[in-house]
Amino acid sequence: MSTGGYQGPTADFTPTGFGSDSPETSSRNGASASVINPPLFAADYKRHEDLKSMLDSSKDGQKREAMKLIIGMVAKGKDCADLFPAVVKNVVSKDSEIKKLVYVYLVRYAEEQQDLALLSISTFQKGLKDPNQLIRASALRVLSSIRVPIIAPIMMLAIKESVTDMSPFVRKTAAHAIPKLFSLDPELKDELVEVIEKLLKDQTTLVAGSVVMAFETVCPDRIDMIHKNYRKLCNLLVDVDEWGQVMIINMLTRYARTQFANPNQEEVAEDAPFYVESEEEEEEEESEEEESGESGDEEGEKKKKKKKPKKKKGYTMDPDHRLLLKNAKPLLQSRNAAVVMGVAQLYHHVAPRNEFGIIVKPLIRLLKGHVETQAIVLSNIATISADRCAMFEPYLKSFYIHSSDPTNIRLLKLDIIANVAGESSIHTILREFRTYISSPDKQFAAATIEAIGRVACSISEVTETCLHGLMSLLSHKSENVVAQSVVVIKKLLQLHPKQNKDLIDQVARLADSVTVPMAKASILWLVGEYCSLVPKMGPDVLRKAAKNFVNESDIVKLQTVNLAAKLVLSNPKQTRLLCDYVLSLAKYDQNYDIRDNPVSSLNGLFLQGEETALSKYAKKILLAPKPAPVLESAFKDRIHWQLGSLSHAVNSEATGYMALSDFPAEPPDPSVRNVEDDSWWGKTKEKKKNLHGDSDSEASNFYSSISGSDVSGSDNEGDCFVRVGGGEWV
Amino acid sequence: MLDNGYPLATESNVLKELIKPPSLVRSVVHTITGESKLANVSSTLPTGQLSNVPWRRTGVKYANNEIFLDLIEELDVIIDKSGTTIVAEVQGKIQANSRLSGMPDLTLSFMNPRLLDDVSFHPCVRYKRWESERVLSFIPPDGPFRLLSYQISSQSNVALPLYVTPQFSFSGGSGKFEVKVGPKQTMGKVVEDVKLVVPMPSCVTNVNPTSTYGMPSYDPVSRTVTWNIGKLQTQKYMSMNGSVTMTSGEAPESNPTIMVEFKISQLAVSGLKVSRLDIYGEKFKPFKE
Repeated sequence: MSTGGYQGPTADFTPTGFGSDSPETSSRNGASASVINPPLFAADYKRHEDLKSMLDSSKDGQKREAMKLIIGMVAKGKDCADLFPAVVKNVVSKDSEIKKLVYVYLVRYAEEQQDLALLSISTFQKGLKDPNQLIRASALRVLSSIRVPIIAPIMMLAIKESVTDMSPFVRKTAAHAIPKLFSLDPELKDELVEVIEKLLKDQTTLVAGSVVMAFETVCPDRIDMIHKNYRKLCNLLVDVDEWGQVMIINMLTRYARTQFANPNQEEVAEDAPFYVESEEEEEEEESEEEESGESGDEEGEKKKKKKKPKKKKGYTMDPDHRLLLKNAKPLLQSRNAAVVMGVAQLYHHVAPRNEFGIIVKPLIRLLKGHVETQAIVLSNIATISADRCAMFEPYLKSFYIHSSDPTNIRLLKLDIIANVAGESSIHTILREFRTYISSPDKQFAAATIEAIGRVACSISEVTETCLHGLMSLLSHKSENVVAQSVVVIKKLLQLHPKQNKDLIDQVARLADSVTVPMAKASILWLVGEYCSLVPKMGPDVLRKAAKNFVNESDIVKLQTVNLAAKLVLSNPKQTRLLCDYVLSLAKYDQNYDIRDNPVSSLNGLFLQGEETALSKYAKKILLAPKPAPVLESAFKDRIHWQLGSLSHAVNSEATGYMALSDFPAEPPDPSVRNVEDDSWWGKTKEKKKNLHGDSDSEASNFYSSISGSDVSGSDNEGDCFVRVGGGEWV
Repeated sequence: MLDNGYPLATESNVLKELIKPPSLVRSVVHTITGESKLANVSSTLPTGQLSNVPWRRTGVKYANNEIFLDLIEELDVIIDKSGTTIVAEVQGKIQANSRLSGMPDLTLSFMNPRLLDDVSFHPCVRYKRWESERVLSFIPPDGPFRLLSYQISSQSNVALPLYVTPQFSFSGGSGKFEVKVGPKQTMGKVVEDVKLVVPMPSCVTNVNPTSTYGMPSYDPVSRTVTWNIGKLQTQKYMSMNGSVTMTSGEAPESNPTIMVEFKISQLAVSGLKVSRLDIYGEKFKPFKE
């Protein structure tokens, strides 16, 4: 909110959100030590009595100073509740600065002093009838921000009146007041819904964003209210302010999911034409379009408009569905990252697969923003790329790690690279990975090695190379790297154990040099699992492990016990004594997990050479073949959260999350969206024809404007889509 | 400004109208008369809030009508040990400062608009015209603003204006390093504000850098060596040498990465050039400077 280099000396009128303790939305930098105005955060604040007398004085200047000091104190958290009566008296002041400061104070303290606050209500009610629209709007804003339940009916009345106000600014404020009233008194929901319905019919862009926000807060499930306003909202989308755009897109995504058929149902059928066409010419156009993939749907659109889509075989996209996708597209060029993200998730959830490609470039562009934006965008890309990797492959280089990236960004980028790596790019990527391994960031280096493992799993032609590369890492000087490599190698070896006998051998030799517990445990497990392949190594490894048993960490101990059990079954002669030794140590271990380990406790029973019922199955229990682990992206399971939502970012359901519904099997009747007064729709149809065809001067503008050549301050409510007064484009 | 957590007015023009920035005249008048007619807080709704051109307020008047356009580009490059460029990305933005009266309607065209394929605009830009004619048509907000930002991931190699050759050797508890910097293809322009930042690994305790040109320094808190070179000289040989002491016995795992910053004015790496700027809707005649 701060304008570049601007240091405001006064407090702005910012009613705070509910329940917040002090108006923290201050652009009052403490360093506003200008000569004229006293420093607001000065340590020597006046006493309350002095302030009261200043507030009672007849000079506006004194009152202003007093109010500024009071608000400064409130911002710092000092209690000023006993000044309430003195402050409230000034609510009738004519000076707008004093008024605004009083409003801020009121909003903060009204809840605590409800009776006294009621004194000021009449001023607001008077303000609501003021000819100046700014005053009307401010009065409404304060009225709705005061959280005193008694005045709820007054608020309701005020909102109802303001909804029919001439000034769009007042209507916008009314739209903002609705969720505030709803949170104060949820019983009023039905009446508020009626108000929202009335506001939804409003034609101005200013109001549209706010009313959708109110709709989402109060009654998000009332999709039926949107029907008549759907086309209008789609067409207004580009002209609404940025934050309104975000709200509208989110709402329309949910709407689209309940109203339109799944555009991807034809994926299964081969070569199903995207639109129902009856002429070859259009089919050619169609295939061209699908090849270009990107923004080439304008021509197809044009043709489609001229013909009525006939309901033949195959899937026809509802023209309203198409309208939504088309109108959202220009928003990808917005400078606001939230808008771009909103459009991306709209396309992800609602658009046919082959049109999704246009999202990629803008998403990559968002990666140049702040670190926080990057983190969110990357986590969303990770989810998308787990599903559609081919789309991101040309942009692989944008995900390379910069040395200035913080660790969480690095991990995300690494995940995406591993997802997106394809056969053509894999060698460059492996080279990159090799550089990353030597990074001083330990967590990152470990993650790189895991990424190598993942890539080796998914791209079969490099599995060998990766494996050999990882083996060479085993002699790396960093302990950490070696340990991580061992873990990953273990996972890879499970894929093709027989072919990699010698590798298992090599790994087993490392058993004594590796000290990181996870790695050592992995080695022991590996040897135990494939003891048939490396018969000579097994007992020796066990011997070394048993020597040091008491000093090892818990997972190592567990694995040693497992190893002992498995070896005894396959090689009893050499290992029986060792096994007994290890098991007796385990029986008296401090950790109950090890003591109770079924292998160690039952072992006494069925491995002592007696033929009990269990011993027949001992081999099957311990040496059963296990499926190889599948190395997957950490983001694969986030796919069921809606992209771009808070729940997605934290990977668990946040309060207020509404899951996207599935597409309906049969799309409901589209005629509910027809509005009786089709002149609106007619105009827009004309507009579209202009846009496509003419490079002529009469092409409508990107944004609507008020009729008349001058933009004046008075309440003007022009018809949208009228061209700029007089100006002609050449 | 926020209302109930929802942004209400964020355009700087609107905010400036609502709360007039302090100026000398205003403060003088304020002290002389107790109450100020030119109040800090406006009592009428800013024209921007209502109109469909919300980013520009009406009634703007300037004596000299001027608009300045700055093309600023940033190069993000990753170079490996042997000096080959792995990734090169150009991010650019056009910052404008408009001091034009009334409601001018500007049209900006480029020599080579096809370079710009991934762009994000200020809301004032008319998107449809850009799509069809690759021409930027807009009514500018008053004052400084960012018109657009773009990104060019160059498939062809971007010519880097300087080269850096590092050499690090660590052994036992001490090490040496040498970093050489020199200009490469600069297209005749001077490379200014050159600064190299080398974050040292965590086992380093002290560094003593010296150099033939420029001012190197070591900051023990952040453990970085900073070498301020200023203008890059073509004739002089610029290198920084230094000795490194480390906590005993530990050798760093890898050589540190070097971050190089520099600035070149009057040069757009991507080759983007503005060809013309037209003004409609107002009666003053523009001339280019």
